[in-house]
Amino acid sequence: MTDTAVPVTTRKDWTSDQEVRWCPGCGDYSILAAVQMLLPDLGVRRENTVFVSGIGCAARFPYYMSTYGMHSIHGRAPAVATGLAVTRPDLDVWVVTGDGDALSIGGNHLIHALRRNVNITILLFNNQIYGLTKGQYSPTSEQGKVTKSTPFGSLETPFNPISLALGAEATFVARTHDMDRKHMQETFRRAHDHRGAAFVEIYQNCNVFNDGAFERITGRDVRAEELIPLVHGEPIRFGTEGQHGVVVDPDGRVRVAEVAQVGEQALLVHDEQREDPGLAFQLSRLARGPYEPTPIGVFRAVQRPEYGDAMSRQLLDAAEKRGPGDLEALLHSGGTWTVES
Amino acid sequence: MSSTATEPQRHQTVELDRVVIRFAGDSGDGMQLTGTQFTATSSLFGNDTATLPDFPAEIRAPAGTLAGVSAFQVHISDHDILTPGDAPSVLVAMNPAALKANLGAVSSGGTLIVNADGFDERALEKAGYPSNPLTDGSLAGYRVYEVPMTSLTLEVGKEAGVKPRDAERSKNFFALGLVCWLYSRPTEPTLTWMSERFASSPLVLDANTRAFKAGYHFGETAELFEANYQVRPARLEPGVYTNITGNNALAWGLIAAAHQAGLPLFLGSYPITPASDILHELSKQKHFGVRTLQAEDEIAGIGAAIGAAFGGALGVTTTSGPGIDLKSESIGLAVSLELPLVVIDIQRGGPSTGLPTKTEQSDLLHAMYGRHGESPVPIVAARTPSHCFEAAIEAVRIAVTYRTPVFLLSDGYLANGSEPWRLPDVASIPDIDPGFATAPEVGAADDGENRHSGDFQPYRRDEVTLARPWALPGTPGLEHRIGGLEKEDVTGDVSYDPVNHERMVHLRAAKVAGIASSVPPVEVDDALGPGGSPVLLLGWGSTYGAIGAAVRRVRARGLDVAHAHLMHLNPFPPNLGEVLRSYMDVLVPECNLGQLSKLVRAEYLVDARSMTKVQGQPFRAAEIEKAVLALLGIDPEAATSSSPQEDVAS
Repeated sequence: MTDTAVPVTTRKDWTSDQEVRWCPGCGDYSILAAVQMLLPDLGVRRENTVFVSGIGCAARFPYYMSTYGMHSIHGRAPAVATGLAVTRPDLDVWVVTGDGDALSIGGNHLIHALRRNVNITILLFNNQIYGLTKGQYSPTSEQGKVTKSTPFGSLETPFNPISLALGAEATFVARTHDMDRKHMQETFRRAHDHRGAAFVEIYQNCNVFNDGAFERITGRDVRAEELIPLVHGEPIRFGTEGQHGVVVDPDGRVRVAEVAQVGEQALLVHDEQREDPGLAFQLSRLARGPYEPTPIGVFRAVQRPEYGDAMSRQLLDAAEKRGPGDLEALLHSGGTWTVES
Repeated sequence: MSSTATEPQRHQTVELDRVVIRFAGDSGDGMQLTGTQFTATSSLFGNDTATLPDFPAEIRAPAGTLAGVSAFQVHISDHDILTPGDAPSVLVAMNPAALKANLGAVSSGGTLIVNADGFDERALEKAGYPSNPLTDGSLAGYRVYEVPMTSLTLEVGKEAGVKPRDAERSKNFFALGLVCWLYSRPTEPTLTWMSERFASSPLVLDANTRAFKAGYHFGETAELFEANYQVRPARLEPGVYTNITGNNALAWGLIAAAHQAGLPLFLGSYPITPASDILHELSKQKHFGVRTLQAEDEIAGIGAAIGAAFGGALGVTTTSGPGIDLKSESIGLAVSLELPLVVIDIQRGGPSTGLPTKTEQSDLLHAMYGRHGESPVPIVAARTPSHCFEAAIEAVRIAVTYRTPVFLLSDGYLANGSEPWRLPDVASIPDIDPGFATAPEVGAADDGENRHSGDFQPYRRDEVTLARPWALPGTPGLEHRIGGLEKEDVTGDVSYDPVNHERMVHLRAAKVAGIASSVPPVEVDDALGPGGSPVLLLGWGSTYGAIGAAVRRVRARGLDVAHAHLMHLNPFPPNLGEVLRSYMDVLVPECNLGQLSKLVRAEYLVDARSMTKVQGQPFRAAEIEKAVLALLGIDPEAATSSSPQEDVAS
């Protein structure tokens, strides 16, 4: 079969005929638009693209894409996607999930998909709340959060999704937010192009149950001062005038500093390819929550054998060594005897 | 080697038509290995065999205690047999605990071969014997052979240059050698097997070989035994045979079915007793293109299998009871997605962790009803270890043809038990057609490259099977979304319409019910023709052997009884109601509290009687025979004394 050129498509071609049913003003709309507008640029085919989701507001995503898709059950999308990706290495498999889906009920599947380095692209819509069930706290809600299920405030320490992914041996870890389409698209493109499991946390506003959760860092007027862009090979620096930066103290602590005080040479140069995830982990802890300067962009992007490829190689090696499977030989493999007539 | 194989001169050799031997020792004593090898030798020799491994859930329970006793029962015969035997006529006991735990099962007047070295004061105390049974006269009703197995093994171990502590570990081979002599087994198969199995450590091989030969020679020369025995090869149907366990037959059946369907096999599984051996076996068969994923948990195992099925693989998940609980939500998803999926449940004693290494048939109602919503799932059950092969192929046929998850029920007894299996002709294994949906023609309704999805109807059903199309990612023009939300009939779009929901519920039920038209009628074994005998025994799954043996025993008394055995539990074979209604009495023996009997009573309004056993052990033929006699109005107590031998030839 000749490899015909990938057809030229537009956003419309990636949009299904289903009416989008998120609440008006939901951050999910901008993420959907970013993905639908990005896909025509990725050089991929609609029929080779699959979106898999679990349960939650974000999980309705596949219905709105004109690709193959599966809206599975709560928390299990990484497991479903693993089975699909390892048996069909020719496909682009995306997982769309939320903070409850990925980090609460499905936490186990998420960490194991990352550890195995299955070739899937995971978009985690983090709105720090349960939206579909109408407003209970989530595993990323801040301590003290008052919700329907925590009228006296949540007692729990939240997960830091980036720290969690790094701790789970992820090879690609990034963060973006729903207010910046360009940054989202650049991050999604990188995640898509990564061979292996790619994890993207997206700060996403739930305007009904947790409105403004990220406003203090993603609002247009505060962004320059509150978001720390991570760019591979460049000093980590932010602020309207680039006056802030990130340094590593002699005791190993990573902190925000004033460039005027420490000097440009002292700034930490971001290296997303560092084998040791320690520094990336420290960067993920730079902000205690989305109310102080917070890094966005790619924290880590390293190469490690992809799980499905490695599995396929074992099959090929076995077939080479033993010859292709022969049913007759299999049935005789346990020692046989003949009963004569 | 040749000297050991020579018939001993001094001993008389007695012909037996069958013998049931139980090897028992500590769970670290290697009794499973000993039993398995004795079985293999006997099978190769040409006997019919059936086995019942019985071991504790703990890997090494405290040595010398009753809890730590591991046993392996094997039935060898010169005719075709159906069960591992009701009562062993020979018990090999390596220590007092093994004797105490198993003595009750031994037939009266049976033979006890005991490791006399194991009966020291401490061991007797651990087993709870107030006095030594070898000397206190309590074993007077048995033929007891005391053999100093440990010291004799240590002796030959010393010659091999093995440390005493290690040498003692070969004593199971001494026992194996002794029993091989006692039953005139050829030694070559065991010696060959040992040389392969222990090839990597010559010292262990040497010690084990010496112990095995020492056991054999001991029988020959010690003049302890008045006779040895011969069980001639069985007159089995001509063909090529192999000895197979249920779990291996199941794994091979899956490979065969995937092969016949032209589908890559994918197994998503989490280790669990007694199902793990299927994962092990399939993991070895990578040259068949089999992908196995040891998942992070039971839910991921089935989730990955569903994902693989979406992509066009034969998705399979294997587990036991607790795993089925965890997979239930995902099975419901597969019902809604209408994708092929095989869910294998190797049943064990429940509820909860229950009896992990013991057998039970208590998941039938779970398979039938264990999901929320109206969620019908076809159920297939294997009846013997080798039948697992055929059952796996049938489960795959139904799953692929009808685009549905299918339950395949086996159990611990079938999984670990083995029997000789006449190998099927590979060419006779039927093909399975996956019938994938194909890309639409580029035509008028199509705007060429920028086709729009929405034209393809993922829930438009086949008129005969009601199956929906299996449309694989990668096929242009068939892009579609499926999920657990209710779908609109035909289009597959999400739909909350009440009438549509009711239609879909009925369609899914009708699809599964319709499988009955592809299922052969249930066969009835009744010497008097259908409906002729006064009692019908209705069984499913692993009770096949015990019911069949009970039928033979009843008939050997000149009485009539019929037997029907179900492989399809949902839907039932189309003629089942008619069969049940043609008998005055229907008795349903099950290793549960009457799950099949509930189903047939509800379905057919027949007064089926339930017979239950939930001891983690399979039925004995005698137990079922007794129940039949009671139904026939014959005093079972009076009858028991004149009971014919179990598993008489048919």
